[in-house]
Amino acid sequence: MKLHPILAALRKHKAGTVLISLQIALTLAIVCNAIFIIGQRIERVNRPTGLDESNLFLVTQQWVGAPSADTADGVEKLDAMQREDLAALRNLPGVTSVAPINSLPLLNSSWTGSMSHDPGAKLGGNDNTRTAYYFTDDQALDTLGLKLVAGRAFTAGDVQHQGFRDQPPRPIAIITKALADKLFPNGGAVGKVIYSDGSNAPTTIIGVVERMQTPASGSWGNDFAWYSTLIPTRLDANFARYAVRTRPGQLDTAMRAVTPLLYKVNPLRVLDDDSVRPFSEIRAKAYRADVGMAILMGVICLILVAVTAAGIVGLTSFWVGQRHRQIGVRRALGARKIDILHYFQIENLLIAGIGVLLGIALAIALNLWLMTRYEMTRLPVSYVLVGVLAMLVIGQAAVFVPARRASNVPPVSATRAA
Amino acid sequence: MFAYYLQLGLRSLRRNPALTALMVMAIGFGVAASMITYSVFRAVSGNPIPGKSAQLFTPQVDGWGPQQNLKGEPAEALAYIDAMALMRAHEAKRQTLLYPVQLSVMPGGNRDLPLNANGYAVTADFFTMFEVPFRFGSGWSAQDDDARASAVVISGELNRKLFGGANSVGRTFNLGGHDYHVVGVTSHWNPRPRFYDLFSTSGFADEPDIYMVFNRALDLQMRSGGRNSCRGSITYTSWQGYLQSNCVWITPWVELDSAAEVAAYRRFLTNYAADQQRAGRFGWAANVRLRDVMQWLEYEHVVPPESRISLAVALGFFLICLVNTIGLLLAKFMRRAGEIGVRRALGATRREIYTQYLVEAATVGLAGGVLGLLLTAAGVSGVGILFQPEIARLARLDLSLVGLTFVVAIIATVLAAFYPAWRAAHVQPAWQLKSS
Repeated sequence: MKLHPILAALRKHKAGTVLISLQIALTLAIVCNAIFIIGQRIERVNRPTGLDESNLFLVTQQWVGAPSADTADGVEKLDAMQREDLAALRNLPGVTSVAPINSLPLLNSSWTGSMSHDPGAKLGGNDNTRTAYYFTDDQALDTLGLKLVAGRAFTAGDVQHQGFRDQPPRPIAIITKALADKLFPNGGAVGKVIYSDGSNAPTTIIGVVERMQTPASGSWGNDFAWYSTLIPTRLDANFARYAVRTRPGQLDTAMRAVTPLLYKVNPLRVLDDDSVRPFSEIRAKAYRADVGMAILMGVICLILVAVTAAGIVGLTSFWVGQRHRQIGVRRALGARKIDILHYFQIENLLIAGIGVLLGIALAIALNLWLMTRYEMTRLPVSYVLVGVLAMLVIGQAAVFVPARRASNVPPVSATRAA
Repeated sequence: MFAYYLQLGLRSLRRNPALTALMVMAIGFGVAASMITYSVFRAVSGNPIPGKSAQLFTPQVDGWGPQQNLKGEPAEALAYIDAMALMRAHEAKRQTLLYPVQLSVMPGGNRDLPLNANGYAVTADFFTMFEVPFRFGSGWSAQDDDARASAVVISGELNRKLFGGANSVGRTFNLGGHDYHVVGVTSHWNPRPRFYDLFSTSGFADEPDIYMVFNRALDLQMRSGGRNSCRGSITYTSWQGYLQSNCVWITPWVELDSAAEVAAYRRFLTNYAADQQRAGRFGWAANVRLRDVMQWLEYEHVVPPESRISLAVALGFFLICLVNTIGLLLAKFMRRAGEIGVRRALGATRREIYTQYLVEAATVGLAGGVLGLLLTAAGVSGVGILFQPEIARLARLDLSLVGLTFVVAIIATVLAAFYPAWRAAHVQPAWQLKSS
């Protein structure tokens, strides 16, 4: 098969050729980047938080007319109210453990601070490591399903309580392995001393958990997504959060029982529709935009490929109709059906080839533009190569039906008028 | 003649139903994708207070210094000391300070459970500056500010819950253990994005329930129900200590009517910061900003990145659909080269051929617009999968969007048809007549 007659024919259909290659180029550029975005989002959404997420729910509630947490007396009263709630929740049928906690991974409500090897370090300084605090008690590890990889868990004797705004010393803490590796690259974090939030009072690391994400799901938290610190302290304020773990299959029953139970303990509080939420809902809310973006990009890619394929079918059909007579002449002069088929296939390969070359340049340009405007990383070459291959295959698939119709043109049509 | 071309166009569309359907679908999908994403973008990037956005400014003063500020930019809110200093100086025609408060309405009347009431501690000018509409009563006066009065303005929604929607001006109710009297009830007022509090919200929160006197909230030592951001090691232990700290939590706004006033206020801010440096409170040169509403929205990145990216992708998609349409129209028009040759030979001018084919393309665009409208309607109700509900609710199919869908579909298709129609008009009649 010689290319010369194909090129000569294409030169007579400049507009159609240019349009199809342009369309293939644009499709390649958009599809490559869209699939890359989908991949990134899916990767983000699938990150494990480190928690055992099933059979876990969170209660958020607020007391009304509660004592002020700024006085010592008020703090004690608030703490008594909190212990009362915890005791009631722990006695609920189906509940295995309950921990008071100021936030959960992906909840987007965080208390962040910094860890330093030296006392009295300034907040926001360069020698610090950012961390997110979870203020909780001795049931935290069981309730959240965290895996302890070194040291020990909190005991009931470790647990303190403090007013929400107070800054008492924090004698002990459990940190994540990621944070331990950052602070002590040579290992052996357990038993070491660190200083939190520029304090002069030392904090001893008593345990290390395998993994626990910070509450921030947005991009601002990416730098310290795995640097969590657990402090064995109940925070006393006019609101409180409780993490509750239930036996398998009893999540819904326990969740329904919570609101009436807490109102029975103390009616002067606000519990609304969002107050009792399973962890699955917290996760879905945190990643809504990511999942939505992936779906949107997926739908656009599908329609885009379909439109491009349909465009190739349409234009090739037109060419086949236009060259009806010439095909008849070629057949009459001895060309086999397969030769005609190959002619259109090779023609399409040429056009698609020009398209994908242009498309590679466009895909990279689009990626560079997205990198300057948004938080995107460089498009891996493999995505472009797979995209190129896919476009060529789609082109061949789209051209097959009209090309076969062309190959079925009988030689006798050479003798008929067009 | 136009009607005749329209008739010809419709007949020609019926002749190749597959090709026509392909074009209509390409236009429909392209327009719909663009319109759906645009409806969200329009909602989040709009001007929340069109009449006054250029007169309202939020002053920023750097109280953290080059080591601890936001990469050279001052904090996005003010510490108590600076906020009160700006308020006392009264250098602007109108000015307000605000911060979010979270309160609860105590049980009473026929309610036996408490009710959440979130809102803002603000000063008297808040209501006039931001043109808050009132159903009953009005805001409070500057005297109430000075008297640290227990006056509140409540939303129409809270008024419905507490007082059954009746005129409640003068009535009192208990908020978190203290009695307050209602001076005004707002009509629905929730500008989006919430330009006045981008420090604590992302700009798309639900309507606030209450507005209370700023000084009264201070007297009750009410902490901010929103963000609070501090630098250095935290040493304060009391409310007074907190007020004197460098923690920022108060958003200031001033109203300035002319360029001269803006320049004067900027000078005042710079002088204030310089004074603080001379007094030894700031160890750095004056670093102040004065941004108006739109500049503030831009600086705070209110438009979610998803909105921009999806709009860009949708426009790219539309572009491909148009390229596709050009190709298909070309195929469709050139297939009728013979017919064009006959018409030209019988005396039709190029211009008439040109018009005929553009009208035919416009009918394709119209059909694409109808399909696009149906898809847009379906898509607008489905944007909830991509955006948080507060933002998704903003995307609406209103009359202007319907009009825009049609206009964009028709104009884009006619533009796409220029080249194919030009080719059709340049068909050589003699050639065509000879070859058939």
